[in-house]
Amino acid sequence: MFDYVWLIPLFPAIGFLINGFFGRRYDKKIVGWVACSALGLSFLTSILIFFEMIGRPPTQRVFEKVLFDWVVSGSFQTVIGYQIDPLSILMALVVSGVSFFIHIYSVGYMHDDPGYPRYFTYLNLFVFMMLNLILANNFLLMFVGWEGVGLCSYLLIGFWFEKDSAANAGKKAFVVNRVGDFGFILGMFLLFTSLGKHGIWTLDFTEVFANARLLDPGTVTAITILFFVGACGKSAQIPLYVWLPDAMEGPTPVSSLIHAATMVTAGVYMIARCNVLYSMAPISLAIVAIVGVATAIYTASIGFCQNDIKKVLAYSTISQLGYMFLGVGVGAYSAGIFHLMTHAFFKGLLFLGAGSVMHALSGELDMRKMGALRKKIPFTFWTFFIATLAIAGVPGLSGFFSKDEILWQAFSSSHGHFLLWLVAAVAAGMTAFYMFRALFMTFFGESRVDEHAAHHIHESPKIMTVPLMILAVLSVIGGYVGVPHVLGGANHVHEFLAPVLGGGAEPAKAHAGISLISQAWASGGESGGHAAALELFMMAVSVVIALIGIGIAYLFYVKNPALPKLLAEKQKGLYKLVFNKYYIDELYEILFVNSLKQLGVGLWRGFDDFVIDGTVNGIAYLFGWISSVMRRMQTGMVQNYAFSMIIGGVILVGYYIVRAIFY
Amino acid sequence: MVIPSVPPVLYLILSGILFTIGVIGALTRRNAIVVFMCIEMMLNAVNLTFITVSRFLQSMDGVLFAFFVMAVAAAEAAVGLAIFVMVYRSRETVNVDEINLLKW
Amino acid sequence: MVENIGTIFQWLIFLGVAFTSIIASFLVITRKNPIHSALFLVLTFLCVAVLYLLLYSQFIAIIQVVVYAGAIVMLIVFVIMLLDLEEELRSGLKLLYSKVIGIALAVLFLFGLIYSVAAKSLTGKIGTYTPEKMSANVKAVGEVLFTQYLFPFEIVSVLLVAAIVGAVILSKKRT
Repeated sequence: MFDYVWLIPLFPAIGFLINGFFGRRYDKKIVGWVACSALGLSFLTSILIFFEMIGRPPTQRVFEKVLFDWVVSGSFQTVIGYQIDPLSILMALVVSGVSFFIHIYSVGYMHDDPGYPRYFTYLNLFVFMMLNLILANNFLLMFVGWEGVGLCSYLLIGFWFEKDSAANAGKKAFVVNRVGDFGFILGMFLLFTSLGKHGIWTLDFTEVFANARLLDPGTVTAITILFFVGACGKSAQIPLYVWLPDAMEGPTPVSSLIHAATMVTAGVYMIARCNVLYSMAPISLAIVAIVGVATAIYTASIGFCQNDIKKVLAYSTISQLGYMFLGVGVGAYSAGIFHLMTHAFFKGLLFLGAGSVMHALSGELDMRKMGALRKKIPFTFWTFFIATLAIAGVPGLSGFFSKDEILWQAFSSSHGHFLLWLVAAVAAGMTAFYMFRALFMTFFGESRVDEHAAHHIHESPKIMTVPLMILAVLSVIGGYVGVPHVLGGANHVHEFLAPVLGGGAEPAKAHAGISLISQAWASGGESGGHAAALELFMMAVSVVIALIGIGIAYLFYVKNPALPKLLAEKQKGLYKLVFNKYYIDELYEILFVNSLKQLGVGLWRGFDDFVIDGTVNGIAYLFGWISSVMRRMQTGMVQNYAFSMIIGGVILVGYYIVRAIFY
Repeated sequence: MVIPSVPPVLYLILSGILFTIGVIGALTRRNAIVVFMCIEMMLNAVNLTFITVSRFLQSMDGVLFAFFVMAVAAAEAAVGLAIFVMVYRSRETVNVDEINLLKW
Repeated sequence: MVENIGTIFQWLIFLGVAFTSIIASFLVITRKNPIHSALFLVLTFLCVAVLYLLLYSQFIAIIQVVVYAGAIVMLIVFVIMLLDLEEELRSGLKLLYSKVIGIALAVLFLFGLIYSVAAKSLTGKIGTYTPEKMSANVKAVGEVLFTQYLFPFEIVSVLLVAAIVGAVILSKKRT
């Protein structure tokens, strides 16, 4: 079955082609069937490959399938090839599975949209590109997928392109992504040339990582920092996160798929894939962790004051991505990937639930105009509630296990630090607060819904609620594959990913790390006991912080709804600052956008108009001028013509005389 | 003492002078008939060259050539003067400065 | 001494006729009245005919007088008479400039010509027609014309027919 790994990206590609060329000609139902079945088959193939993989011993779980040669240029050769190993198959499962459910949801959500075939075309193209990114066996193919998901993100964000705000948001996403991609490209170039100095001309993962130890730490630091710049762009970290909140202009399933579950996680995947390089450069790991945790707390604070439900979820996504980067930044690559997986479940669910609420309220986004929807749209409410519990880190659900793993690693790993844990824990509390704020504002309290919308409140159709329920189930049980040792579990995720990601924080020790802790637990020895007790203690601290956040949210939005307004009045300046997202967008506009625009205008006027057009027009004018001068030779007067003949005669005679004299 | 006979170079110089005078006339005069006369003068000068060279190289080719040039000059005179008459009929003038439609 | 008399006469006639032709041609181009120009042209042609005689080409000399001085100039005089041309007016300063430039160029041309003929002597293959043979000019011309140059001869006759037809058609009045 491993041989057929190329089927996984192929099905969405076929779906894209069929819907792209013929989508408009036939019935909407067929478009939906084609798109969903493409994803379904892709998901099925991933599952089959996954089961075959766990049937094999851990050392035999890496497989490369080369499709054909792509670049053959001297000693540099790249292929189109797909690599199956635990990391890529896990990502493929997550991507194809969540995409499949979201496709089904979209059939219901986008039912009345005139751009229905175009939507599914783009969506299938996106999944194709994402799968290419994940399954690629070399940097170039991964970059193709990287750029491709950026393109599809632009196409889908600006899906309703007649709206100015949507078109602008699409452009913003693409341009900011491009800035990140530039860093990625530079990183690739640097990697290529540095390895080339040792005579190894390759961009294949296996070869690069096998020969990485030949590079000196300074070069590796530079390469990894450049890759991280690319990850910042794609995964919306500081300073390139500004496109993600604007990306909410796109349809809600798009926000769910691209900006929650899959595309934005590409950066985390990339860092996890390059863990060999990152482990060689502790400075860049520190940078990754610090940027991650700073983003986490910064965007969590912005989430406090947003009133648009999708914007709250967008900032929450950026914040959770910060957590994932924190995880990989302290060397806990598997913890980061684990959180990626659970986040795909509950954040995807949150977005789909928000879409369901919007569907019920005929497109209302503002949470100030919602309320008391709990009884009216029960399915949506219960699934949303489960997802919010998961993201807040309430024990028992998936988010708890993954988030806690990250927090523990932030504290205890060799690259971690107490401060990182502290900031992350505070951010966790803030997460709990604003997510429950969103929940309470939407579903509890008094109904503030508009008259007109209130009449049409209805539960979403089955085709939308069934994916919600499936994702809710996954949000609950998805965490149990990664239960840490201290709680008696076996952290299957960590073990599963170990051949690719190393043992975690201490790569030199690989498997030994896990066995150390489990031995310590079993023996109950001094250090082992301390470590376990400390971990349990920190777990309890984070749970308490989460519960405090939930409690404050309950107080503010259910018990005493007037309280938030009072607080806003008292701290007007601070409120304004946070409400306007710290004016970062305006700052970027002044710093970068305006200056680049001026440059563009200057070049246009000065160079394009003046130099290039001037040259071209000038040449034409020159010819016109020359001819207007030459025209005067044609006077029509015969004697002038005779005159020119005489001149010719003189020249001829002169020539022969000169020739006779001098030769 | 034998005085040498007239060397050919003198004839050729004379022919050149006649030709030049014809050129000056063709460029300078404004009456079309006079221009035509100067052209005939130029042809004459060339004929003189031909005959000279033919005599001093002891060949008849130059003589024949001059003969043909004369025939052509006669034909040209006939047709050219007919054209002048026509032009005068339509334009009332034979001033070459005023017959200037052969242009852009 | 006796043989010198021939050459002395030759020189005398040559110089006289040469100067006469130069002066006459100069007068052709400077006279205002076109009839005067035509008359001086006749003089030029006659001088050139004498020069032909000096060069042992009697036939061409006679043809020159008959065709050029007789027919062509007569045509010209007739046309001048028909067209009732007036004298040329004096030209302005601008035209004077262009005339000066033209004259300068032509003189330059003349210098070039003089240099090129004076620098080297006459080169070329010496043919078979010695001056004595050339003296029987009509016979010599006939010999070559109707054997070697028959084809151009016929072509010239066609040309003359074309010229006649053209002249007749051109001068017809449009009805």
